[in-house]
Amino acid sequence: MNRINTTFSALKSSRKTALIPFITAGDPTLDSTLPTMHALAKAGADVIELGVPFSDPMADGPVIQRSSERALMKGMSLRKVLAIVAEFRKDNATTPVVLMGYANPIEAMGREVFVAAAASAGVDGVLVVDYPPEEADDFSAVLIARDLAPIFLLAPTSSAERVQAVGRLARGYVYYVSLRGVTGAGNLDVADVASKVAAIKAIVSVPVGVGFGIRDAATARAVGAVADAVVIGSALVQTMFDAPESEIAQTGGAWLAKVREALDQ
Amino acid sequence: MKPYDLPDARGHFGQYGGTFVAETLIEALDQLKAQYAKYQFDPEFRREFESELKHFVGRPSPIYHAKRWSDMLGGAQIYFKREDLNHTGAHKINNCIGQALLAKRLGKPRVIAETGAGQHGVATATIAARYGLECVVYMGSEDVKRQAQNVYRMKLLGATVVPVESGSKTLKDALNEALRDWVTNVDNTFYIIGTVAGPHPYPMMVRDFQAIIGQECIAQMPEMAGRQPDAVIACVGGGSNAMGIFYPYIEHEKTRLIGVEAAGEGLDTGKHSASLTKGVPGVLHGNRTYLLQDENGQIIETHSVSAGLDYPGVGPEHAYLKDIGRAEYVGITDDEALKTFHECCRIEGIIPALESAHAISYATKLAPTMSKDKVLLVNLSGRGDKDMHTVSMKSGLSFFCHPECETGRNVAAAARGETVSPISIVRK
Repeated sequence: MNRINTTFSALKSSRKTALIPFITAGDPTLDSTLPTMHALAKAGADVIELGVPFSDPMADGPVIQRSSERALMKGMSLRKVLAIVAEFRKDNATTPVVLMGYANPIEAMGREVFVAAAASAGVDGVLVVDYPPEEADDFSAVLIARDLAPIFLLAPTSSAERVQAVGRLARGYVYYVSLRGVTGAGNLDVADVASKVAAIKAIVSVPVGVGFGIRDAATARAVGAVADAVVIGSALVQTMFDAPESEIAQTGGAWLAKVREALDQ
Repeated sequence: MKPYDLPDARGHFGQYGGTFVAETLIEALDQLKAQYAKYQFDPEFRREFESELKHFVGRPSPIYHAKRWSDMLGGAQIYFKREDLNHTGAHKINNCIGQALLAKRLGKPRVIAETGAGQHGVATATIAARYGLECVVYMGSEDVKRQAQNVYRMKLLGATVVPVESGSKTLKDALNEALRDWVTNVDNTFYIIGTVAGPHPYPMMVRDFQAIIGQECIAQMPEMAGRQPDAVIACVGGGSNAMGIFYPYIEHEKTRLIGVEAAGEGLDTGKHSASLTKGVPGVLHGNRTYLLQDENGQIIETHSVSAGLDYPGVGPEHAYLKDIGRAEYVGITDDEALKTFHECCRIEGIIPALESAHAISYATKLAPTMSKDKVLLVNLSGRGDKDMHTVSMKSGLSFFCHPECETGRNVAAAARGETVSPISIVRK
């Protein structure tokens, strides 16, 4: 059974909200990613979203854009991201890892080649930002055949028909984009999120995570009250970037532990 | 060939095109698709579009026989489709009017655009001024520096120009930033994409608005040359002027369609923008097409002396026409284009845009290999006034927009006790 499903089943029985941190692989330094993943798992991450940097991240705000640019400058690539996951799996067999990125690096590697490599590295789910369901049929089938979860975005503007279409293809969880904008924007309306998430949960059977615009423990807690999972990215990426180089993993872990604490209150 | 009816309902040209965007943009694209379908053949919409093209742009643009040059080359007869004579100086305005008319009907008070050299930005700012729309143009900060005059033109027309600092700080990054703006402000904003790329329906819609170029040629060529051309030649960056002139000719099987990409410093130097010739298929800016990318699927920086051709992707319909063999794509280097630019000025009295000079340059190579009764039709997509700075620098001339611009140099020269020339164009 896919680690994502195992994790969400366990959370459901303990009535807890999943905490999903996002970091960009290779940022702030190439060597910081693996220890940070372990630190995040230890601090209470239920799933880790690992960003695969791309030269043209059109759905991302300035913080993730810059982190992608830094990671690419240092030589990060999809193959290296997979190597990091394989390394992580040597010491952690339980925390699910979801790759989040854009289509072109995957297509350049070859979709089947990528999925096989991801499965053997120990990846559990893949979110390709620019594969909406209408362009993702084949790719989702390839993922599902290897027991990897295709993760999809839903937006405030997604119609009920689209939510249904996504519900049919999605495995693991769906990722509700909590605002109209790019990652890291700051105009989150919790009441609006609550009603949208309730409407989505009435249609899709997988858990619903919420992200884009969750910046601290307080917003995480408010959103966690209505969602199955809270995704938090830009704020963590920025915190790690601001940390001294020798304390990146430790700073990321300590920051997430506070969010975990607020979420569990 | 069987009737050509692409793209399909989902925006695919064979394996190319499509809607490769984040979920956050889908609703806006669906709305645009529905509105375009509603107005595409609406008589009132067509009437307004055609009236604007006639009275504001000055269409139809003429076809001109470059007879002196053809005689000098001693082969095929070369004709120019004079898009350079349009208001704002290029073909870009055709598409901007079409999309701005849609924006008006959608009730969107704000339009945004991306621009590289600034031509599409100027055309968008122009039509936004004419229709009283707020206009924001995204432009890579490197391009803002290189194209100061067009930045000023946009500002004169009332647009806000936003320099984009991300990525390579050029056209592709401006497009990313415009998409981000659109996602955030989709309720009140219409995104006027300037070329036949981007997610469906843009490649189809921009082609349809630009197809007026080819439609006029089909009507004009029999009168000008006694028949349709043996080849139609156009430059290809994103590919809108080429698609505009090619599209009505796709079913004219005897007419060769030749797209000319920027070979920059040479196709084997890595410093070019020849996506179709040297790229491989991938996904960027909402569509699948040929892309210049590295082995890890990262988009690489491109080069061309002509900013309008400097783009790592290309419209998906060109990718399809290449694969099925209906169109051919070739490269012209910076040096070849510059040589042709000067020849065109001296031989025909026309200052072409550097983009268009690529297409003309290929025609001057092809013509001598053909007999005198053959006919080549080149899309002269824009005028070259915007390129004065680039050309003067490449030609070893200093060109100053303003005599005072030279002051620093004069002070330095005076300090050395040299005589200072008062003229503003000096040979180095």
